[in-house]
Amino acid sequence: MPQEFRLILKDADQPGYTPDMECYVRHGGYEALKKSVATAPRELPDGKKMTAQEVIRDEVLKSGLRGRGGAGFSAGLKWSFVDRKSGKPIYLICNADESEPGTFKDRQIIHKDPHQLIEGMIISCWANDVKLAYIYIRGEFPEGARILNRALEEARAKGFLGKNILGTGYDLDIWVHRGAGAYICGEETGLIESLEGKRAYPRIKPPYFPAVLGLYMCPTIVNNVETLCHVKHIVTMGSAEYAKLGTPNNTGTRIVSLSGDVKRPGYYEIEVGKATLGELINDPAFGGGLLDGRKLKAIIPGGSSSKVLKAGEVFKLNRKGADGQMTKVDVPLLDLPYDFDSLQQAGTMSGSSAVIVIDDSRDIVECLANIADFYAHESCGQCTPCREGSLWMSKALHRMTHGQGRKQDADYLLNIAQNIQGRTICAFGEGCAWPVLSFVKKFKEDFEAKGAADEAKHGAIAPQKAAVNPND
Amino acid sequence: MSFQPTAALEAEIDELMSHYPQQKRSASLMLLHAVQEHCGYISRDAAEWVAKKLELQPINIWELVTFYPMLRQAPAGRHQIKVCRTLSCALGGSHKLYDHFCTKLGMDAHKHGLQTTPDGKFSIEFVECLASCGTPPVMMCNEEFHEGVTPQKADAIMGGCK
Repeated sequence: MPQEFRLILKDADQPGYTPDMECYVRHGGYEALKKSVATAPRELPDGKKMTAQEVIRDEVLKSGLRGRGGAGFSAGLKWSFVDRKSGKPIYLICNADESEPGTFKDRQIIHKDPHQLIEGMIISCWANDVKLAYIYIRGEFPEGARILNRALEEARAKGFLGKNILGTGYDLDIWVHRGAGAYICGEETGLIESLEGKRAYPRIKPPYFPAVLGLYMCPTIVNNVETLCHVKHIVTMGSAEYAKLGTPNNTGTRIVSLSGDVKRPGYYEIEVGKATLGELINDPAFGGGLLDGRKLKAIIPGGSSSKVLKAGEVFKLNRKGADGQMTKVDVPLLDLPYDFDSLQQAGTMSGSSAVIVIDDSRDIVECLANIADFYAHESCGQCTPCREGSLWMSKALHRMTHGQGRKQDADYLLNIAQNIQGRTICAFGEGCAWPVLSFVKKFKEDFEAKGAADEAKHGAIAPQKAAVNPND
Repeated sequence: MSFQPTAALEAEIDELMSHYPQQKRSASLMLLHAVQEHCGYISRDAAEWVAKKLELQPINIWELVTFYPMLRQAPAGRHQIKVCRTLSCALGGSHKLYDHFCTKLGMDAHKHGLQTTPDGKFSIEFVECLASCGTPPVMMCNEEFHEGVTPQKADAIMGGCK
């Protein structure tokens, strides 16, 4: 029986647990920071020495921690790319711009256990010689920003932040920076532009890799809230113990945000890969199954940008056999382990670990129209294919959900989406194209039937010009 | 320039600016939040004042006001109701909730964008994902967040607005 495994959210929902310093310290808070700064330099067999900071960075790399924000990239590797020879200051930014539709995990950490995030940040900053860090929190979390500000004040008063932290001579300041309602600020280079006081237009890579040319053109680390919390636990447990959690190459725990048509939507922390999609949806410990009398239609497995999975799909996954050889094995949708690699092999991604369940009572075209509206609203407008294409797709889908569909709309949508992906500065292009591509390809009969029905009713007339109105 | 910040706002702004020792310009979003909280919206004059404070051109600030959805160029109602529109909330009944508010406030549920009641008490709008998809439908009333909002709960929230 799969169970929740709470590491990050171990204390957050305990009765009487409060977000203040006193409570956090009572639960062992800031011990990992003390342990970090007391880390002994390591002698290597070849006579070279690793500084204490290098030891912590090495621990994070060895832990196998992968970014919890969306891309699932190794956090240790990301840190290793930081340009430490330029002589420029290094910055760290915590990405708390949680805005991928379906995701609500960072909200729990920020509101219920802010000191855990701050401790993880201080350790990460210390390990990377960062003297100034920011928490970029989305504008719609005013309460979260207040809680973080209060927690930062407490940390300053206790000497965990500010000058000469814990008597080590190390100085660090962390400030909260609020966004103002733009989804694109979750993209790390857009976030950096926004933090520089500009429109959040993502930067082109190369050359603007944040690890080299980030905030103020200095080396910059951008990590998700949950990722930074894990750093604290890696220090506490040691990388070897931490890597025993989860599955190989998919270590640790992960908070899954489950929403949509299940009996028990909510956030569930699991060991990565130790629960399947089917268990997350149907197990009484998690989603508790679909509503009575409903059947599964589709699953959006990693936030609205991820490609949709259709009920009944079977995927070919690489599995290691008893003889150690890799073989392709058929894995049905509901048996897919919820981890980074399995979902990638299934042609989608675990993204921000937001699972949205859609049952057979839903009109799949309307679901996609809702998502397309989101992207049309949130495109920053910098690249033409995305700015125009996201709106075209949204308009076409709006027509289709208002009785003016056409048979060729399915192909029309595919054509637009194919002309967006790969032709934009940032991954938003893929983010808005992938849902359209996957929904239309996998549910083509639904889209064509809708178009055909409308044409049968009205004749194949030229559609009226439809303005996108998200309120309809 | 006619915008004159109060002493309290100016003190808050100076404190915020100290958080960005490397570049003043970085403070612009935080300053605009502060101005909007005090004045209810960001006027042209206020934007010019912020630009001057940060040693920038007015366009450097105005382009932010026109880009970021939370920044307003005109006053909104005293109580701003923002209902989440995105998928999980839509599956969980956000359109019904929005219609309920519109009916109660005499607004047009099919009109796009922010609408304000004639007495200036309420504004209502649909917004994108508020990051609480497990407890739909969700909404904000000014800075207060509400989840699992039934029509009864919606009425109670409106009733609590003075």
